[in-house]
Amino acid sequence: MTGRLRIAVHKFASCDGCQIQFLNLEQDLLTLASRAEIAHFTEASSVTQPGPYDVSFVEGSISTSADLQRIREIRAASRLLITIGACATAGGLQALRNWKDHDEFVRAIYARPEYIDSLARSTPVSEHVKVDAELWGCPIDQRQLKRVLSDLLARVAPRIPGESVCLECKRAGHVCVLVAKGEPCLGPVTRTGCGALCPRYERDCYGCFGPQEDGNTLALGRRFRELGLSDEDVVRRLRFINGWAPAFRAGAQAWEK
Amino acid sequence: MSSERRIEVPVLTRVEGEGALHVHIDGTRVADLRLNIFEPPRFFEKFLEGRSWKEIPDMVARICGICPVAYQMSAVHAIETAFGARITPAIRRLRRLYYCGEWMESHSLHIHLLAAPDFLGYSDAMALAQDQPGIVRRGLRLQGLGNAILGMMGGRSVHPVGARVGGFYRAPDQAEAAALLARLRAAAQDAEDLVRWTADLKLPAVARQAPFVSLRHESDYPMNEGAIVSSEGLNISAAEFDAHMVEHQVPHSTALHALINGKPYWVGPLARVNNNLDHLPPRTLRLAEGTGIHWPSTNPYHSIVARALEIHFALHEAVAILEQYTPPDKPFVEIIPRAGVGAWCTEAPRGILWQRYEMDDGGLVKKSRIVPPTSQNQAQMEADLRASVEENLCLHDDELRARLEAGIRNYDPCISCSTHFLNLTLKRT
Repeated sequence: MTGRLRIAVHKFASCDGCQIQFLNLEQDLLTLASRAEIAHFTEASSVTQPGPYDVSFVEGSISTSADLQRIREIRAASRLLITIGACATAGGLQALRNWKDHDEFVRAIYARPEYIDSLARSTPVSEHVKVDAELWGCPIDQRQLKRVLSDLLARVAPRIPGESVCLECKRAGHVCVLVAKGEPCLGPVTRTGCGALCPRYERDCYGCFGPQEDGNTLALGRRFRELGLSDEDVVRRLRFINGWAPAFRAGAQAWEK
Repeated sequence: MSSERRIEVPVLTRVEGEGALHVHIDGTRVADLRLNIFEPPRFFEKFLEGRSWKEIPDMVARICGICPVAYQMSAVHAIETAFGARITPAIRRLRRLYYCGEWMESHSLHIHLLAAPDFLGYSDAMALAQDQPGIVRRGLRLQGLGNAILGMMGGRSVHPVGARVGGFYRAPDQAEAAALLARLRAAAQDAEDLVRWTADLKLPAVARQAPFVSLRHESDYPMNEGAIVSSEGLNISAAEFDAHMVEHQVPHSTALHALINGKPYWVGPLARVNNNLDHLPPRTLRLAEGTGIHWPSTNPYHSIVARALEIHFALHEAVAILEQYTPPDKPFVEIIPRAGVGAWCTEAPRGILWQRYEMDDGGLVKKSRIVPPTSQNQAQMEADLRASVEENLCLHDDELRARLEAGIRNYDPCISCSTHFLNLTLKRT
């Protein structure tokens, strides 16, 4: 690889919030544009360059038949493919349809369902093509994003921590909302990266950064039951923004009747 | 020109979400014009069913990465209405402050990163920044201040975690509020200069007749509260919204089109300014009058000036709230779920955002409906684009395409939002 790093940002089914994290880099966005070539980013520029790209950041889940084709093309055009956010990495909140009757949804919402191209399931990019790195979070965290961009500019493999957010929370000195307040905090099974925001805001973590590497969702579910949550409450707690991620999926299923 | 022409914009750029434009011109007539929204549907209204009131603000935020606060604010007010909960004046002020942050962030992002390159001949803000770094950096500073307000209230600007039904999980402490106040005061000149700069842009001079629809509050510039009014005399409560605004599906879009009494209407910053000039504070009103624009304006391109005026307003509103601020004893009121129905409308950056919840006595959602601003603007956008084609038949295809793209961006469509709802049963004819 020679010359400036060629970056692309692609969008699938999503809220655009992870792309907005790029646009919200403020002055650092201009620094990025001066150090790398932003070759394809339709939300930011009217000029889009074809591949190959050194790195493609992919936002959004795969949810239509057209998506299946496009993600393969992006993979073929990219040296590295990095997913950004809960949708691309775990299927997103819209993966809640994976437990429902999708055709009934379409019929309920659209008067003419035949116009709608929508697959029965919303799935992460890694179910379809090889993924080189995953930036978790709903949305991704800008400090993590900048670290990954710095790694890429320095030509080293990006390293994204997979430990529990509890460690970050303890280091920040927040009062534990699970132990001290009895709130159903998902922190023990959730990946670090957000800055332990929810405990800082005096509330329970809702798992928007997805499962940590070694969490025990079953044991945490038992703890939630002891706190007074019903089986249904425990299922809802885990089946949320990252509900299709395997660890959360299994944790929720254990409490489903 | 007598021949047939087709103008295609296969992928709209510098907008939120995925859409395309197809135009078929037959001689001097627009035979067909379709704003094609192919953003995949995400079925939010169905996911909300069976969820607890506690989860709703975190869930609906995910509909939109650029206006999560708007989704949270319409939802919490609607659910409080269903439960019969009343918030305190202190919580009301914090919610206005929170909304100021989103307006500043979203409007600054739109003006500089999405819209302005059109009027200055650039492909994007990064290219513009090479020639005019001061302009872009000023915009990014104002965007950053919006982010700072959201950061203080909710930890981050995309999907902030601080809002709950009943108020906020945590109120800012005095030191945080004072630090932010100092930063906001220091940006007053930036906000003023921005208004003058937008008014000096070479904007197309056109006029479009359509009802302007916005909220109107008894005394304040509207954010979280007010009646739904139009420039043609409509004046209704949020509970009456769906009796007047009717959505219908069109084949080329995963977003529904909304009509008011069968006609297109227009929501957003220009509609808000036009309908609430007398509620702008004097210093913002003086700036508005100093632009030379005759308000109320029927030129959609004046939306960029309206956005700048609202940044100026929001900055001073945030300063006023923070000057009076002392942390409340408790940042939320206790919530006691009960069965009921609540509808509410707030002013998202892009216009009125309506939500309605039917709750059961355990506090779970039985049914929900959400109508975002972009689906309300779609019919008006298409009508505007048709008129633009007819006025600009002399332009070459590339110029006409650029003009139409600028015309679409000007409405700041949030396509990601627009497709997620659409929960209607319709007569099939």
